[in-house]
Amino acid sequence: MEVADLPLSPSQRAKLISAGYTTLSSLSALSPPHLACDLNISEYEALEILRMVASQSSKTFGGTKAIVVGAQTAWDMLHEENFITRITTSCAELDNILGGGISCKEVTEIGGVPGIGKTQLGIQLAVNVQIPVDYGGLAGKAIYVDTEGSFLPERVFQIAEACIKDMVENSHFRRKDFQTCQDKLQPNAFLENIFYFRICSYTEQVALINYLDKFISEHKDVKIVIVDSVTFHFRQDFDDLALRTRVLGGLALKLMKVAQKFSLAVVLLNQVTTKFSEGSVCLALALGDSWSHACTNRIILYWDGNERYAYIDKSPSLRSASAPYSICGQGGNQISFTLQSCPEELIDQQDITIQQLGEKDIYVNYRFNVITGNLGQLNLVLACQFEGWREEQGGSVGQGTTAMRSSAHCSNAGSPLVGVRLPTFPASV
Amino acid sequence: MANKLISEMGLPKAIANIFAARNILTAKDALSLAEFELMELLDVGLAEVNAAVAHISEMACPPYQTALSLMEERVRSECLSGHLPTRLKGLDNALCGGIPFGTLTELVGPAGIGKSQFCLKLALLAALPSSYGGLNGRVIYIDTESKFSSRRLIEIGVQSFPEIFHEAGMAQEMAGRILVLQPASLAEFTESLQQIKLSLLQRQAKLLIIDSMAALVSGEYERDFRASRQHSLGWHISSIKSLAEFSRIPVVVTNQVRTQSSDESHQYPFQVQNNDESMKDHGRVESHLVAALGIFWAHAVTIRLVFECNLGQRFIKVAKSPLSPSLAFPFVVTSSGISLLSDDGIEVMGPEICAIHCQGHNDLINFKQGEVVMIQSERSTPSHCGPEHPYQRHPRVSSTKLVLCEGRCHYPASQKLAGVDKISLL
Repeated sequence: MEVADLPLSPSQRAKLISAGYTTLSSLSALSPPHLACDLNISEYEALEILRMVASQSSKTFGGTKAIVVGAQTAWDMLHEENFITRITTSCAELDNILGGGISCKEVTEIGGVPGIGKTQLGIQLAVNVQIPVDYGGLAGKAIYVDTEGSFLPERVFQIAEACIKDMVENSHFRRKDFQTCQDKLQPNAFLENIFYFRICSYTEQVALINYLDKFISEHKDVKIVIVDSVTFHFRQDFDDLALRTRVLGGLALKLMKVAQKFSLAVVLLNQVTTKFSEGSVCLALALGDSWSHACTNRIILYWDGNERYAYIDKSPSLRSASAPYSICGQGGNQISFTLQSCPEELIDQQDITIQQLGEKDIYVNYRFNVITGNLGQLNLVLACQFEGWREEQGGSVGQGTTAMRSSAHCSNAGSPLVGVRLPTFPASV
Repeated sequence: MANKLISEMGLPKAIANIFAARNILTAKDALSLAEFELMELLDVGLAEVNAAVAHISEMACPPYQTALSLMEERVRSECLSGHLPTRLKGLDNALCGGIPFGTLTELVGPAGIGKSQFCLKLALLAALPSSYGGLNGRVIYIDTESKFSSRRLIEIGVQSFPEIFHEAGMAQEMAGRILVLQPASLAEFTESLQQIKLSLLQRQAKLLIIDSMAALVSGEYERDFRASRQHSLGWHISSIKSLAEFSRIPVVVTNQVRTQSSDESHQYPFQVQNNDESMKDHGRVESHLVAALGIFWAHAVTIRLVFECNLGQRFIKVAKSPLSPSLAFPFVVTSSGISLLSDDGIEVMGPEICAIHCQGHNDLINFKQGEVVMIQSERSTPSHCGPEHPYQRHPRVSSTKLVLCEGRCHYPASQKLAGVDKISLL
């Protein structure tokens, strides 16, 4: 290792090199007074230099296990990945394509047109991260960085209420647990665990992200950092685009470091802009092409027909896919269905889509593949996440893919279904 | 805090002096540079630079609040729990009590639909004494299109709050609280914005209305200067937003519509591949009006209310709001301002949320009250109407002459026919 690689000030480095000390080994046997005399610097400075040399050389030669310091084998990483925790988005379909939710230790960027629900998703995540461990959550805290001033605590309250209601509904069979948790499950407690920063300029944004490291070491349980939006100040304060790219690049690196160090999720919300490419104008996320490399995952929210969809634009581990989601008065919960067979595991490749018809009627389309070789009797159970509603249907099906549709009537968007009729089974497909 | 001086941050003397010597005076200067650049510039080691940057960051970083303390503070310190009620019951419910303080609310819609009527009503509501549910404060009304009608203002006041306006001197008092600025150019507007900032800091005004933002910006720049337009718009957005935030008052801004040019698509590249065919279909039925000022502006507003006309019926639609689903409320413009026909909103789905319709808008003259009507005779648009007069944009109406009974000539004094409550046929 060379002296030129040491993190020294330029003048000290120049002095060392001009005095002939170019390698670390040439420095290792020196005493501080000797070096101070050689370089014509104070003894204290010389001591600092030697201390740095010592720490550097121990790093280089001290590691016995790894050939390269700080490296990890892919096998170890695989093991670690299995323990990565995820934060649910409260939408089953979206969780599905994300592999269980927004993953910790990674930087995820979410973008979309105005009014599509970026802030809603951000707030939802800030609430969901606090779901107690008993209910399958992380029991963490959230940092919400607001650059646009669109954070409304009333809305957080609504979403927290809905989240609690959901948790209670999903686990009402464990009544006695619930009694003990009830005091913890107050919307106000959820609100108390969201640290809110209002950022008014890009300098403050950079400052805050530098400061996160210290802040999180002081507030241990932070499991998610949401920046809403990363774009706003960078879209207007800059004349010098090169400077912008550089500052943004540094920002992304620091966020990644924080995500790794404290194993927390970083979610950056981004705006969209119009982009001219290949002779046509289309929508693209803001901040340019070099920024698009900065985040590990990128999710785009968009309208398709009457439904909101989320599309995974970029991810190292997930395949690109899209899923519908919806936002209702009580937060981003949507009706989702699961299909099971009885006896179990006779079907696979299920594919359930929900189609909204008018205001209150929905169709549930589902396809499944029967894997058993035996033709014969099969019971299907179509259940939705609201307790108490399920529909069973028996019939005989043959091997192969079967597609069916049933219709449902919804008393109001987001509230439990009144009823879904399953169609009669086709005798054999 | 971006311009906080490094010398006042309590860094160790030695390093603070180095920063000063290199002319890095503010947090902004220091934090725009990467650590290695700083090392080169300041000629110090990495450890010192890191420590200094961490310290500067900590100092420049604003303090945090928990969401709970934020909510409690707002409930405690603000009258009406931080919302200015519009007195339109359905809309107030959807927005959790009205136009929220501290945020930007945008009204967008075709000309003549009732945006300014809504603004006038809001101005009155904010000026009302607290005993009548108002904010009891001054209102700053920036009228860039020169269409503020004080006669209409008083008319709305008299019709909707007769008990106040019939009291002696109250009409004067109320109208006296509404300060109208009519800047003629963007530069003038910028200047008045600075002044407003000062007066807001002294807690004098309780509501700021800008009617309209688009007229200012689009008047100044040609299409070719899009980039510079966006730049100056960006400056205005952030200054208006910070103004709203720090004085904690509601800010209402109106926006115009423009026709969507055919080469603009609102799809992502990956979508285009998927449904090329459905897109063509789509294009045909889609409305061709979009909000002026573009997507950048649309991101910046917190609440967007679309005023539109669909099949002859006018609607207020909550197109963007962190608090409410997209609801549309049918409304009519009456002599007392805007009133909703129904307090139950119609839930809107999908692309309809952002669409702005203008169908049957020409039926404007088709009044609810019954004493309707319109007249045909040959006459061109009144000469004293500017080129921006709404009726000129609707050819069917532009050559219409209106004769009003009872000796009251509201047209074009009230500008919007909506201001007229009785018209009779000649």
